[in-house]
Amino acid sequence: MDHFARLGLPAALDLDSGALDKAYFAGQRQWHPDRFVAKPPEERAKASVEAAALNDAYRTLKNPLDRAVYLATLKGVELPGDGKTIADPDLLMEAMEAREELQEADTVQAVDGLAAKVRSDVDTALNGLGGLFLANDKPAIRKALLRLRYLDKFAEEARARRTNIERANSERSGA
Amino acid sequence: MSLLEIHEPGETPLPHAGEGTLAVGIDLGTTNSVVAISREGTPAALHDETGKALVPSVVAYPAAGGVLVGEAARLLTAQEPKNVVASIKRLMGRGAADLHRVAGVLPYEVEPGTGQTDMVKLRIGGKARSPVEISAEILKALRARAEAALEKPVERAVITVPAYFDDAARTATRDAARVAGLEVLRLVNEPTAAALAYGLDKGSEGLYAVYDLGGGTFDFSLLRLEKGVFQVLATGGDTALGGDDFDRAIAERMLGERKKDGLADHVDEGAVKAALALARVMKEQLSDRDQTSGRLELAGVPSFHALTRADFDAMIASGVKRTLDIARNVLADAGMKVDEINGVVLVGGSTRVPLVRAEVAGMIGKPPLTDIDPDEVVALGAALQAEALTGGSETLLLDVTPLSLGLETMGELVEKVVPRNTPIPVQLAQEFTTYQDGQSAMVIHVVQGEREMVEDCRSLARFELAGIPPMVAGAARIRVTFAVDADGLLTVSAEERTTGVAQRIEVKPSYGLSHDDMADMLYDSLDNAEDDVARRLIAEARVEARRGMLALEGALAKDGALLNADERGEIDAARVRLEEAIAGDSRDAITAAAEALETLSKPFAERRMDRGIREALSGMSMNDLEERVGE
Repeated sequence: MDHFARLGLPAALDLDSGALDKAYFAGQRQWHPDRFVAKPPEERAKASVEAAALNDAYRTLKNPLDRAVYLATLKGVELPGDGKTIADPDLLMEAMEAREELQEADTVQAVDGLAAKVRSDVDTALNGLGGLFLANDKPAIRKALLRLRYLDKFAEEARARRTNIERANSERSGA
Repeated sequence: MSLLEIHEPGETPLPHAGEGTLAVGIDLGTTNSVVAISREGTPAALHDETGKALVPSVVAYPAAGGVLVGEAARLLTAQEPKNVVASIKRLMGRGAADLHRVAGVLPYEVEPGTGQTDMVKLRIGGKARSPVEISAEILKALRARAEAALEKPVERAVITVPAYFDDAARTATRDAARVAGLEVLRLVNEPTAAALAYGLDKGSEGLYAVYDLGGGTFDFSLLRLEKGVFQVLATGGDTALGGDDFDRAIAERMLGERKKDGLADHVDEGAVKAALALARVMKEQLSDRDQTSGRLELAGVPSFHALTRADFDAMIASGVKRTLDIARNVLADAGMKVDEINGVVLVGGSTRVPLVRAEVAGMIGKPPLTDIDPDEVVALGAALQAEALTGGSETLLLDVTPLSLGLETMGELVEKVVPRNTPIPVQLAQEFTTYQDGQSAMVIHVVQGEREMVEDCRSLARFELAGIPPMVAGAARIRVTFAVDADGLLTVSAEERTTGVAQRIEVKPSYGLSHDDMADMLYDSLDNAEDDVARRLIAEARVEARRGMLALEGALAKDGALLNADERGEIDAARVRLEEAIAGDSRDAITAAAEALETLSKPFAERRMDRGIREALSGMSMNDLEERVGE
């Protein structure tokens, strides 16, 4: 059973997050191991498996990027594993330039500026996905998802850099 | 059903027959423990005959025989210090290897001869005792108190643990309960239990934060409350930050003042303890006064120390700021903003410090909820959950993993399989493959932590998947499954998918994270993320280069005759240069050396391919060839 079916939701890129929560809570009300504390071991084991599958489905569908990647996989778009080297030359160039900018950003404001830009890039790219899925343009979906994955990673790095700068600042003021 | 069921007040109707015993909630704390019971959704802490709910988490094995727990045990400290244990929670699930980190904090004699992989034992009252059996004594005392108060047998309990308790510490807690004759219905994270106590009390909905600052640890959790569902969105903390640090700051200041006044103190353990005890009293007084003073007497020499609230606030400001930084990171993890928080719950005695309250209120923009006693709130939540689990409530508690779980991969990198803040129970799998031709075994090394390199994470378990049939590198498909149950306990299994060679282990790390370890893991993940990226890139370049080398070595062993001596010499020299680059720390050097070797060995690869085609074609008729092409 795929994640959408498990939660009784249409397999679509756009998902009503309220409906997702509702379906998930209903599923957990039925299957969470807390409901099976006094039941025989076989029933407990089944509940645990069902609850785990629900959690996996919920976690995947809740995050827009994970949801898009999952939907693409359902449609037969193959993506390389996470953390692999970037092969697309355009994306490689974009990534290198962005990383350089991040290295040079040495104030919280500068990092925040880059983070805001990457957030808006993510939103734009996510919005663009709908059309690609509609057209079922698999190479384009693949390319867009790989870029989104990179942007997501970059946002995480920006957050780490911000924490570093903040800590350095507070240590300086503390000393 | 037409008949009415009538129950005695205090008796929860149980959905299954034959279990007439009551289920309690227990907060097994580092400093104090509390037992509580909930009836029809109303929890209450159980008091002793003097009206006290708190049981000091102190156990004594008096020379006269027997066991004392609580206040009576504490009173024995002065006369029989070697027979009294406090703060045993800090050692739950710890091994001898962790001990040096808490040495100095705990004045215990450690049992010699303890292996590195066994849980540590203490020599108390002339006998080696494990933290599990010492904790069990506290649990037995709590159980006895509950049975006395309720006049019924008590055999089941929900026990709370810090959100950051790792696998070993959780297992040790379960074991202690078993020793005490208690069935653990569920281990519940302390902040979650606190939220439960508040949520049901208020019937609230929306996003709530739990700010839990105890004596030695800090936890911050974000929960969403909706129609009886408690969903933990994210949790974070620092296991080496708490009220003890505030005491230490005051004590250090007093010792410094004595030095300035020319008093030549010999600052030994006794002196530090005396200063800390006074510091604690002064800290508590500053909770409702603007200034205080204390008299410290060391080796018969007294000194007087004044402390204003403003001074104290300045001394603890950086620690309080750190808690807020962690809180902000947890918010970012959950993808939430501060103004979305409906309320914040304060837990732990250290949240009585006015600066803490003010700073938390300032950050959240709302006055914190403090109407439940912060010392009892966790036990009350546990009692509610105990009632829910035995059939009396519709409450649903959805918790998460506090730390990421992963595996070691080539180059000592960590591949995360279960990211932190994943809802539990959960079962996630990842496929790995072999690295060398004919590889028949694979070591599965399970680690916990946020960093990219294995050495920076906590090693939980290591096992070997053997009996992989010979295949070329990369052909085997090894599926490793991580299952985390509702108590937060992990099981790992591995299976070779093409042949079905399966192996399963329960991850039971023999000792848990030390305070320092956990603090480092949590802080470092953000602190070092940039560094980690650079190291990851180097590690990946090394793996890539070695893979190429291995392939080339295999080809050379087989078809080395295709090369003349000069060519072979050049290739060998390039191999040595690549080995040197791999041993170094420059990613560019590794890449350059790998490329040089590839260029040099290109003619060799071409000759091999040519020969391969010739061999394949030789002895084949034209028909065979056409059939082949047509395939």
